[in-house]
Amino acid sequence: MSIFEYNGSALVAMVGKNCFAIASDRRLGVQLQTIATDFQRIYQIHDRLFIGISGLATDAQTLYQRLVFRHKLYELREERDMKPETFASLVSALLYEKRFGPYFCQPVIAGLGDDDKPFICTMDAIGAKELAKDFVVAGSASESLYGACEAMFKPDMEPEELFETVSQALQASVDRDCLSGWGGHVYVVTPTEVKERILKGRMD
Amino acid sequence: MKLDLSGLESTVPHFGTSDGLSHGFPTAPSFDLPITGDFDGFQKEAIQMVKPAKGTTTLAFIFKEGVMVAADSRASMGGYISSQSVKKIIEINPHMLGTMAGGAADCQFWHRNLGIKCRLHELANKRRISVTGASKLLANILYSYRGMGLSVGTMIAGWDETGPGLYYVDSEGGRLKGTRFSVGSGSPYAYGVLDSGYRFDMSVEEAAELARRAIYHATFRDGASGGVASVYHVGPTGWTKMSGDDVGELHYKYYPVTPSTVEQEMGEVSGA
Repeated sequence: MSIFEYNGSALVAMVGKNCFAIASDRRLGVQLQTIATDFQRIYQIHDRLFIGISGLATDAQTLYQRLVFRHKLYELREERDMKPETFASLVSALLYEKRFGPYFCQPVIAGLGDDDKPFICTMDAIGAKELAKDFVVAGSASESLYGACEAMFKPDMEPEELFETVSQALQASVDRDCLSGWGGHVYVVTPTEVKERILKGRMD
Repeated sequence: MKLDLSGLESTVPHFGTSDGLSHGFPTAPSFDLPITGDFDGFQKEAIQMVKPAKGTTTLAFIFKEGVMVAADSRASMGGYISSQSVKKIIEINPHMLGTMAGGAADCQFWHRNLGIKCRLHELANKRRISVTGASKLLANILYSYRGMGLSVGTMIAGWDETGPGLYYVDSEGGRLKGTRFSVGSGSPYAYGVLDSGYRFDMSVEEAAELARRAIYHATFRDGASGGVASVYHVGPTGWTKMSGDDVGELHYKYYPVTPSTVEQEMGEVSGA
């Protein structure tokens, strides 16, 4: 089994009309053994910027700590929040630093830009950015997620419909993956508010 | 080239010499062997190609009222869940059940084969085969294929003239008699629940609940187990299916979720 699938994960981010949603599963496992079902995979960087890190959990946490450190330094020097595009470049740079001994992670970045324009992107373990207009997925359930999102995505969804779509896609996908699931965690972000919801799901 | 299995042929004395009953059923099936000089090497590669679906939780135990048999229903290939509705408890005949762990095809084929053999025994000897005999029939076949890549981990549970019977049989040639078994990747978790809750003098209902709980806990911790927890009971009159519960719903039955109360409601600032 791949080292990227050692802990198991499912991550998805989707764009709506002036809003976005980012969702993940809640399982932390060691191969097939479930260790925890309240694991946090999505981190809030500032009011309207989120990063979800799939892959090896230990590397995800290390990477997150380094990102927080760099983001704080940026805030002190620039006295403003980082733009999602800039943050994506920062993540990419940190990942490429470890080109020959990478973090075994695939991050998903989602944020709202200055003009409330949603931004989503994912990248591989060594920082190759992949920008998308509709949705991005990552983790051990990524194949099923691609299928579910491809089938369910509609452009310009309102926040409530976006939440429903992301949740359904996530739940449907993790039900076909041994290594992810055990509940879900969804953030829906609009220019005015951040809504966080915990999903009940199949616990097997 | 054919594998010679004549040594496996039944030595059970049949009534009547012309055995018209088993017409069309060879007493020992034979399979073509690959034409190769390096059989072991070929075998190694072939096993990789038909990598059997693994990841299962099955259990069975003897108690006062008979045998309780339970299993999950998930089939997985690597991390992918290929089915959530597999029948892992195989009905060999009205008094005997087999459980399935390891290769699905191997288990299904050899249980069906065992079913045929048991029926032929019944017709030849005018009485049902014992669980001991049936399990030994299977164990002997599996042993004859030892090292050739069969993957079977099964329990044969039933009721015969001596009362309830339970055997564990695997493709490595092992055959164990016992009162409590669990097989599959989820078995350590199932054993935990089973061992702590087991009593010989349980009622049928208590035993079914213990089996169901053990399967549920295994599906919770084991990524490769899940789907439906089916529970069967074998008593003096044969087996009956007790229940088939979706473990997705079972979890919230065992651990109901109460909606979290809002700790502090944000109120409008009055006046100001």
